[in-house]
Amino acid sequence: MEYILIIIAAIFANNIVLMKFLGVCPFIGVSSKVETSVGMTGAVTFVMVIATIVTYLLQKYVLDAFEIGFMQTITFILVIASLVQLVEIILKKVSPSLYQALGIFLPLITTNCAVLGVAILAVQNEYNLLESVVYAIANAIGFGLALIVFAGLREHMDMVKIPKAMKGVPIAFVVAGLLALAFLGFSGLG
Amino acid sequence: MKNFTKGFFKENAVFVLFLGLCPTLGVTTSAINGLGMGLATTFVLVMSNLVVSIIKSQIPDKVRIPSFIVIIASFVTMVELLMQAYVPALFEQLGLFIPLIVVNCLVLGRSEAFASKNGVLSSIIDGLGMGLGFSMALTILGGVREILGSGAIFGYKFIEGDGMLAFVLAPGAFIALGYLIVMINKINKKTA
Repeated sequence: MEYILIIIAAIFANNIVLMKFLGVCPFIGVSSKVETSVGMTGAVTFVMVIATIVTYLLQKYVLDAFEIGFMQTITFILVIASLVQLVEIILKKVSPSLYQALGIFLPLITTNCAVLGVAILAVQNEYNLLESVVYAIANAIGFGLALIVFAGLREHMDMVKIPKAMKGVPIAFVVAGLLALAFLGFSGLG
Repeated sequence: MKNFTKGFFKENAVFVLFLGLCPTLGVTTSAINGLGMGLATTFVLVMSNLVVSIIKSQIPDKVRIPSFIVIIASFVTMVELLMQAYVPALFEQLGLFIPLIVVNCLVLGRSEAFASKNGVLSSIIDGLGMGLGFSMALTILGGVREILGSGAIFGYKFIEGDGMLAFVLAPGAFIALGYLIVMINKINKKTA
Protein backbone atom coordinates (compact mmCIF):
# COMPACT_ATOMS: atom_id res chain seq x y z
CA MET A 1 0.00 0.00 0.00
CA GLU A 2 2.77 2.36 0.95
CA TYR A 3 4.49 1.77 -2.37
CA ILE A 4 1.32 2.47 -4.32
CA LEU A 5 1.02 5.75 -2.43
CA ILE A 6 4.59 6.70 -3.30
CA ILE A 7 4.00 5.85 -6.95
CA ILE A 8 0.74 7.78 -7.33
CA ALA A 9 2.06 10.80 -5.45
CA ALA A 10 5.23 10.95 -7.55
CA ILE A 11 3.54 10.50 -10.93
CA PHE A 12 0.45 12.65 -10.53
CA ALA A 13 0.03 14.72 -7.38
CA ASN A 14 3.65 15.85 -7.11
CA ASN A 15 4.67 15.47 -10.74
CA ILE A 16 8.36 16.16 -10.88
CA VAL A 17 8.29 18.53 -13.84
CA LEU A 18 4.96 20.29 -13.50
CA MET A 19 4.73 20.56 -9.71
CA LYS A 20 8.32 20.43 -8.45
CA PHE A 21 9.97 22.18 -11.42
CA LEU A 22 12.79 19.70 -11.72
CA GLY A 23 14.04 18.88 -15.20
CA VAL A 24 12.38 21.86 -16.83
CA CYS A 25 15.32 22.48 -19.20
CA PRO A 26 14.96 19.20 -21.14
CA PHE A 27 11.19 19.55 -20.76
CA ILE A 28 11.27 22.78 -22.77
CA GLY A 29 14.32 21.95 -24.88
CA VAL A 30 13.78 18.38 -26.04
CA SER A 31 10.03 18.05 -26.12
CA SER A 32 9.32 19.27 -29.63
CA LYS A 33 8.82 15.73 -30.95
CA VAL A 34 7.19 12.69 -29.33
CA GLU A 35 9.90 10.37 -30.64
CA THR A 36 12.82 12.21 -29.03
CA SER A 37 10.85 12.57 -25.81
CA VAL A 38 10.53 8.80 -25.56
CA GLY A 39 14.29 8.42 -26.07
CA MET A 40 15.04 11.04 -23.43
CA THR A 41 12.67 9.37 -20.97
CA GLY A 42 14.41 6.04 -21.47
CA ALA A 43 17.83 7.52 -20.80
CA VAL A 44 16.67 9.48 -17.75
CA THR A 45 14.89 6.48 -16.23
CA PHE A 46 18.02 4.41 -16.56
CA VAL A 47 20.34 6.95 -14.95
CA MET A 48 17.85 8.07 -12.32
CA VAL A 49 17.22 4.58 -10.92
CA ILE A 50 20.90 3.58 -10.83
CA ALA A 51 21.94 6.96 -9.42
CA THR A 52 19.36 6.73 -6.65
CA ILE A 53 20.58 3.26 -5.63
CA VAL A 54 24.24 4.28 -5.63
CA THR A 55 23.67 7.57 -3.81
CA TYR A 56 21.47 5.82 -1.25
CA LEU A 57 24.24 3.36 -0.42
CA LEU A 58 26.85 6.12 -0.35
CA GLN A 59 24.73 8.25 1.95
CA LYS A 60 24.13 5.38 4.35
CA TYR A 61 27.53 3.71 4.45
CA VAL A 62 29.91 6.60 3.77
CA LEU A 63 28.40 10.03 4.44
CA ASP A 64 26.33 9.11 7.48
CA ALA A 65 28.83 6.57 8.80
CA PHE A 66 31.65 9.12 8.86
CA GLU A 67 29.38 12.09 9.66
CA ILE A 68 30.39 14.05 6.60
CA GLY A 69 26.90 14.93 5.41
CA PHE A 70 28.06 18.32 4.14
CA MET A 71 29.84 16.54 1.30
CA GLN A 72 26.49 15.38 -0.06
CA THR A 73 26.21 17.76 -3.00
CA ILE A 74 29.73 17.13 -4.29
CA THR A 75 29.51 13.38 -3.85
CA PHE A 76 26.14 13.01 -5.52
CA ILE A 77 26.96 15.12 -8.56
CA LEU A 78 30.21 13.22 -9.06
CA VAL A 79 28.35 9.92 -8.86
CA ILE A 80 25.84 11.09 -11.44
CA ALA A 81 28.48 12.50 -13.79
CA SER A 82 30.53 9.30 -13.70
CA LEU A 83 27.40 7.15 -14.03
CA VAL A 84 26.42 8.98 -17.18
CA GLN A 85 29.91 8.39 -18.58
CA LEU A 86 29.77 4.73 -17.57
CA VAL A 87 26.34 4.17 -19.09
CA GLU A 88 27.56 5.78 -22.28
CA ILE A 89 30.61 3.48 -22.51
CA ILE A 90 28.69 0.31 -21.64
CA LEU A 91 25.85 1.04 -24.03
CA LYS A 92 28.32 1.70 -26.84
CA LYS A 93 29.81 -1.80 -26.39
CA VAL A 94 26.71 -3.83 -25.48
CA SER A 95 23.95 -2.34 -27.56
CA PRO A 96 25.11 0.01 -30.31
CA SER A 97 21.58 0.39 -31.63
CA LEU A 98 20.25 1.66 -28.30
CA TYR A 99 23.34 3.87 -28.01
CA GLN A 100 22.53 5.34 -31.40
CA ALA A 101 18.98 6.02 -30.29
CA LEU A 102 19.88 7.66 -26.99
CA GLY A 103 23.25 9.01 -28.08
CA ILE A 104 22.82 12.75 -27.92
CA PHE A 105 20.67 12.69 -24.79
CA LEU A 106 23.10 10.90 -22.54
CA PRO A 107 25.59 13.72 -21.85
CA LEU A 108 22.70 16.11 -21.28
CA ILE A 109 21.48 14.08 -18.34
CA THR A 110 24.32 15.19 -16.07
CA THR A 111 22.84 18.67 -15.91
CA ASN A 112 19.27 17.44 -15.62
CA CYS A 113 18.37 18.55 -12.13
CA ALA A 114 15.66 15.89 -11.91
CA VAL A 115 18.30 13.19 -11.36
CA LEU A 116 20.13 15.00 -8.57
CA GLY A 117 16.83 16.24 -7.17
CA VAL A 118 15.34 12.76 -6.86
CA ALA A 119 18.54 11.41 -5.28
CA ILE A 120 18.51 14.17 -2.65
CA LEU A 121 14.75 13.94 -2.06
CA ALA A 122 14.93 10.18 -1.53
CA VAL A 123 17.48 10.81 1.23
CA GLN A 124 15.50 13.72 2.72
CA ASN A 125 12.29 11.64 2.82
CA GLU A 126 14.23 8.96 4.70
CA TYR A 127 13.15 6.16 2.39
CA ASN A 128 14.72 2.73 2.69
CA LEU A 129 16.45 1.14 -0.29
CA LEU A 130 13.34 -0.45 -1.83
CA GLU A 131 11.25 2.67 -1.31
CA SER A 132 13.99 4.78 -2.90
CA VAL A 133 14.03 2.56 -5.98
CA VAL A 134 10.23 2.70 -6.27
CA TYR A 135 10.37 6.47 -5.80
CA ALA A 136 13.00 6.85 -8.54
CA ILE A 137 11.05 4.69 -10.99
CA ALA A 138 7.79 6.52 -10.28
CA ASN A 139 9.46 9.90 -10.75
CA ALA A 140 11.00 8.77 -14.01
CA ILE A 141 7.55 7.71 -15.19
CA GLY A 142 6.16 11.07 -14.11
CA PHE A 143 8.94 12.85 -16.01
CA GLY A 144 8.21 10.75 -19.10
CA LEU A 145 4.48 11.31 -18.84
CA ALA A 146 4.83 15.08 -18.68
CA LEU A 147 7.43 15.13 -21.46
CA ILE A 148 5.47 12.94 -23.87
CA VAL A 149 2.10 14.61 -23.26
CA PHE A 150 3.74 17.99 -23.74
CA ALA A 151 5.52 16.87 -26.92
CA GLY A 152 2.20 15.73 -28.31
CA LEU A 153 0.71 19.14 -27.57
CA ARG A 154 3.64 20.94 -29.19
CA GLU A 155 3.39 18.84 -32.34
CA HIS A 156 -0.19 20.04 -32.70
CA MET A 157 0.83 23.62 -32.00
CA ASP A 158 2.92 23.68 -35.16
CA MET A 159 -0.31 23.68 -37.12
CA VAL A 160 -2.15 26.52 -35.44
CA LYS A 161 -1.79 30.25 -35.87
CA ILE A 162 0.08 31.85 -33.00
CA PRO A 163 0.92 35.56 -32.62
CA LYS A 164 4.48 36.17 -33.82
CA ALA A 165 5.87 37.34 -30.49
CA MET A 166 4.50 34.25 -28.73
CA LYS A 167 5.98 31.68 -31.11
CA GLY A 168 8.34 29.03 -29.81
CA VAL A 169 9.30 29.13 -26.16
CA PRO A 170 6.78 31.67 -24.77
CA ILE A 171 3.73 29.73 -25.97
CA ALA A 172 5.38 26.54 -24.74
CA PHE A 173 5.50 28.03 -21.24
CA VAL A 174 1.88 29.10 -21.33
CA VAL A 175 0.80 25.64 -22.51
CA ALA A 176 2.97 24.07 -19.79
CA GLY A 177 1.14 26.31 -17.30
CA LEU A 178 -2.22 25.03 -18.49
CA LEU A 179 -0.94 21.46 -18.31
CA ALA A 180 0.23 22.13 -14.75
CA LEU A 181 -3.23 23.47 -13.98
CA ALA A 182 -4.66 20.15 -15.15
CA PHE A 183 -2.22 18.24 -12.95
CA LEU A 184 -3.21 20.44 -10.02
CA GLY A 185 -6.48 18.54 -10.12
CA PHE A 186 -4.61 15.45 -8.92
CA SER A 187 -3.38 17.11 -5.73
CA GLY A 188 -4.91 15.55 -2.68
CA LEU A 189 -4.45 12.09 -4.20
CA GLY A 190 -1.03 11.70 -2.57
CA MET B 1 31.66 47.13 -19.48
CA LYS B 2 29.95 45.26 -22.31
CA ASN B 3 30.66 41.99 -20.51
CA PHE B 4 28.78 43.36 -17.52
CA THR B 5 25.65 44.77 -19.15
CA LYS B 6 24.95 41.99 -21.64
CA GLY B 7 23.64 39.77 -18.84
CA PHE B 8 20.72 42.07 -18.16
CA PHE B 9 18.87 42.26 -21.47
CA LYS B 10 20.73 41.10 -24.58
CA GLU B 11 21.85 37.77 -23.14
CA ASN B 12 19.67 37.53 -20.06
CA ALA B 13 20.03 33.97 -18.83
CA VAL B 14 16.36 33.38 -18.14
CA PHE B 15 14.49 35.49 -20.68
CA VAL B 16 16.75 35.09 -23.70
CA LEU B 17 19.05 32.08 -23.25
CA PHE B 18 16.55 29.96 -21.28
CA LEU B 19 19.21 28.67 -18.90
CA GLY B 20 18.60 27.88 -15.25
CA LEU B 21 14.88 27.47 -15.64
CA CYS B 22 14.31 25.02 -12.80
CA PRO B 23 15.21 27.38 -9.92
CA THR B 24 13.60 30.24 -11.85
CA LEU B 25 10.24 28.53 -11.72
CA GLY B 26 10.70 26.68 -8.46
CA VAL B 27 11.61 29.41 -5.99
CA THR B 28 9.87 32.52 -7.32
CA THR B 29 6.76 32.36 -5.20
CA SER B 30 7.72 35.77 -3.83
CA ALA B 31 10.08 38.57 -4.81
CA ILE B 32 12.32 38.08 -1.79
CA ASN B 33 12.80 34.37 -2.49
CA GLY B 34 13.71 35.17 -6.08
CA LEU B 35 16.24 37.78 -4.96
CA GLY B 36 17.80 35.43 -2.40
CA MET B 37 18.18 32.64 -4.91
CA GLY B 38 19.56 35.07 -7.49
CA LEU B 39 22.23 36.38 -5.13
CA ALA B 40 23.24 32.88 -4.04
CA THR B 41 23.65 31.89 -7.69
CA THR B 42 25.58 35.09 -8.40
CA PHE B 43 28.09 34.25 -5.68
CA VAL B 44 28.64 30.76 -7.09
CA LEU B 45 28.86 32.13 -10.61
CA VAL B 46 31.48 34.77 -9.77
CA MET B 47 33.62 32.45 -7.66
CA SER B 48 33.55 29.53 -10.09
CA ASN B 49 34.28 31.85 -13.03
CA LEU B 50 37.21 33.24 -11.05
CA VAL B 51 38.70 29.85 -10.21
CA VAL B 52 38.10 28.37 -13.65
CA SER B 53 39.75 31.33 -15.38
CA ILE B 54 42.79 31.03 -13.09
CA ILE B 55 43.39 27.30 -13.53
CA LYS B 56 42.06 26.86 -17.05
CA SER B 57 45.48 26.13 -18.53
CA GLN B 58 46.13 23.39 -15.96
CA ILE B 59 42.98 21.38 -16.73
CA PRO B 60 43.32 18.71 -19.45
CA ASP B 61 40.69 19.18 -22.11
CA LYS B 62 39.14 15.74 -21.66
CA VAL B 63 38.25 16.06 -17.99
CA ARG B 64 37.24 19.70 -18.32
CA ILE B 65 33.53 19.31 -17.56
CA PRO B 66 33.93 17.09 -14.47
CA SER B 67 36.57 19.48 -13.10
CA PHE B 68 34.26 22.46 -13.58
CA ILE B 69 31.47 20.58 -11.82
CA VAL B 70 33.69 19.83 -8.83
CA ILE B 71 34.72 23.49 -8.58
CA ILE B 72 31.09 24.60 -8.79
CA ALA B 73 29.95 21.97 -6.28
CA SER B 74 32.52 23.19 -3.73
CA PHE B 75 31.19 26.74 -3.89
CA VAL B 76 27.60 25.53 -3.76
CA THR B 77 28.41 23.63 -0.59
CA MET B 78 29.92 26.80 0.87
CA VAL B 79 26.79 28.81 0.03
CA GLU B 80 24.64 26.05 1.50
CA LEU B 81 26.50 26.11 4.82
CA LEU B 82 26.67 29.93 4.96
CA MET B 83 22.95 30.32 4.30
CA GLN B 84 22.07 27.66 6.83
CA ALA B 85 24.07 29.57 9.42
CA TYR B 86 23.09 33.18 8.70
CA VAL B 87 19.69 33.17 6.95
CA PRO B 88 18.02 29.94 8.12
CA ALA B 89 14.50 31.15 7.24
CA LEU B 90 15.41 31.76 3.59
CA PHE B 91 17.35 28.51 3.53
CA GLU B 92 14.22 26.63 4.59
CA GLN B 93 12.17 28.36 1.90
CA LEU B 94 14.57 27.65 -0.94
CA GLY B 95 15.18 24.11 0.31
CA LEU B 96 16.18 21.64 -2.35
CA PHE B 97 17.03 24.33 -4.88
CA ILE B 98 20.19 25.43 -3.06
CA PRO B 99 22.10 22.17 -3.71
CA LEU B 100 20.57 22.20 -7.18
CA ILE B 101 22.60 25.31 -8.08
CA VAL B 102 25.23 22.72 -9.04
CA VAL B 103 23.17 21.59 -11.99
CA ASN B 104 22.05 25.07 -12.96
CA CYS B 105 23.06 25.07 -16.61
CA LEU B 106 23.83 28.79 -16.36
CA VAL B 107 26.80 28.29 -14.02
CA LEU B 108 28.39 25.47 -15.99
CA GLY B 109 27.53 27.27 -19.20
CA ARG B 110 29.48 30.41 -18.22
CA SER B 111 32.49 28.35 -17.06
CA GLU B 112 32.56 26.49 -20.34
CA ALA B 113 31.65 29.30 -22.71
CA PHE B 114 33.39 32.27 -21.08
CA ALA B 115 35.73 31.66 -18.16
CA SER B 116 37.64 28.84 -19.87
CA LYS B 117 38.57 31.20 -22.69
CA ASN B 118 38.98 34.61 -21.04
CA GLY B 119 41.13 36.37 -18.46
CA VAL B 120 40.50 36.62 -14.73
CA LEU B 121 39.08 40.13 -14.56
CA SER B 122 36.68 39.82 -17.49
CA SER B 123 35.53 36.44 -16.15
CA ILE B 124 34.65 37.99 -12.80
CA ILE B 125 32.78 40.80 -14.52
CA ASP B 126 30.99 38.33 -16.77
CA GLY B 127 29.93 36.24 -13.77
CA LEU B 128 28.75 39.32 -11.90
CA GLY B 129 26.75 40.65 -14.84
CA MET B 130 25.18 37.31 -15.67
CA GLY B 131 24.41 36.64 -12.02
CA LEU B 132 22.80 40.03 -11.42
CA GLY B 133 20.80 39.67 -14.65
CA PHE B 134 19.63 36.29 -13.37
CA SER B 135 18.75 37.84 -9.99
CA MET B 136 16.83 40.60 -11.75
CA ALA B 137 14.82 38.07 -13.76
CA LEU B 138 14.01 36.04 -10.65
CA THR B 139 13.03 39.11 -8.66
CA ILE B 140 10.74 40.38 -11.43
CA LEU B 141 9.10 36.98 -11.85
CA GLY B 142 8.76 36.60 -8.09
CA GLY B 143 7.32 40.11 -7.85
CA VAL B 144 4.73 39.48 -10.55
CA ARG B 145 3.65 36.21 -8.96
CA GLU B 146 3.51 37.75 -5.49
CA ILE B 147 1.43 40.74 -6.64
CA LEU B 148 -1.03 38.61 -8.60
CA GLY B 149 -1.05 35.68 -6.22
CA SER B 150 -1.24 37.32 -2.83
CA GLY B 151 -1.56 41.06 -3.43
CA ALA B 152 1.76 41.87 -1.80
CA ILE B 153 5.29 42.86 -2.76
CA PHE B 154 8.40 41.96 -0.73
CA GLY B 155 6.00 40.73 1.95
CA TYR B 156 4.24 44.11 2.21
CA LYS B 157 0.53 43.57 1.60
CA PHE B 158 -1.24 46.36 -0.30
CA ILE B 159 -4.41 44.61 -1.47
CA GLU B 160 -6.85 43.28 1.09
CA GLY B 161 -8.17 39.75 0.74
CA ASP B 162 -6.88 36.81 -1.28
CA GLY B 163 -5.21 37.02 -4.66
CA MET B 164 -5.29 34.53 -7.48
CA LEU B 165 -3.93 31.46 -5.76
CA ALA B 166 -2.96 29.85 -9.07
CA PHE B 167 -0.09 32.35 -9.46
CA VAL B 168 1.57 31.23 -6.26
CA LEU B 169 1.13 27.59 -7.28
CA ALA B 170 2.93 25.86 -10.12
CA PRO B 171 0.79 26.81 -13.15
CA GLY B 172 1.21 30.53 -12.52
CA ALA B 173 4.99 30.19 -12.71
CA PHE B 174 4.90 28.83 -16.23
CA ILE B 175 2.28 31.27 -17.47
CA ALA B 176 3.88 34.36 -15.90
CA LEU B 177 7.31 33.45 -17.29
CA GLY B 178 5.82 32.83 -20.75
CA TYR B 179 4.32 36.30 -20.89
CA LEU B 180 7.41 37.95 -19.40
CA ILE B 181 9.50 36.40 -22.20
CA VAL B 182 7.11 37.86 -24.76
CA MET B 183 7.56 41.31 -23.22
CA ILE B 184 11.37 41.07 -23.13
CA ASN B 185 11.35 39.88 -26.75
CA LYS B 186 9.43 43.00 -27.70
CA ILE B 187 11.81 45.30 -25.79
CA ASN B 188 14.91 43.65 -27.26
CA LYS B 189 13.52 43.96 -30.76
CA LYS B 190 12.92 47.65 -30.31
CA THR B 191 16.41 48.42 -29.03
CA ALA B 192 18.19 46.16 -31.53
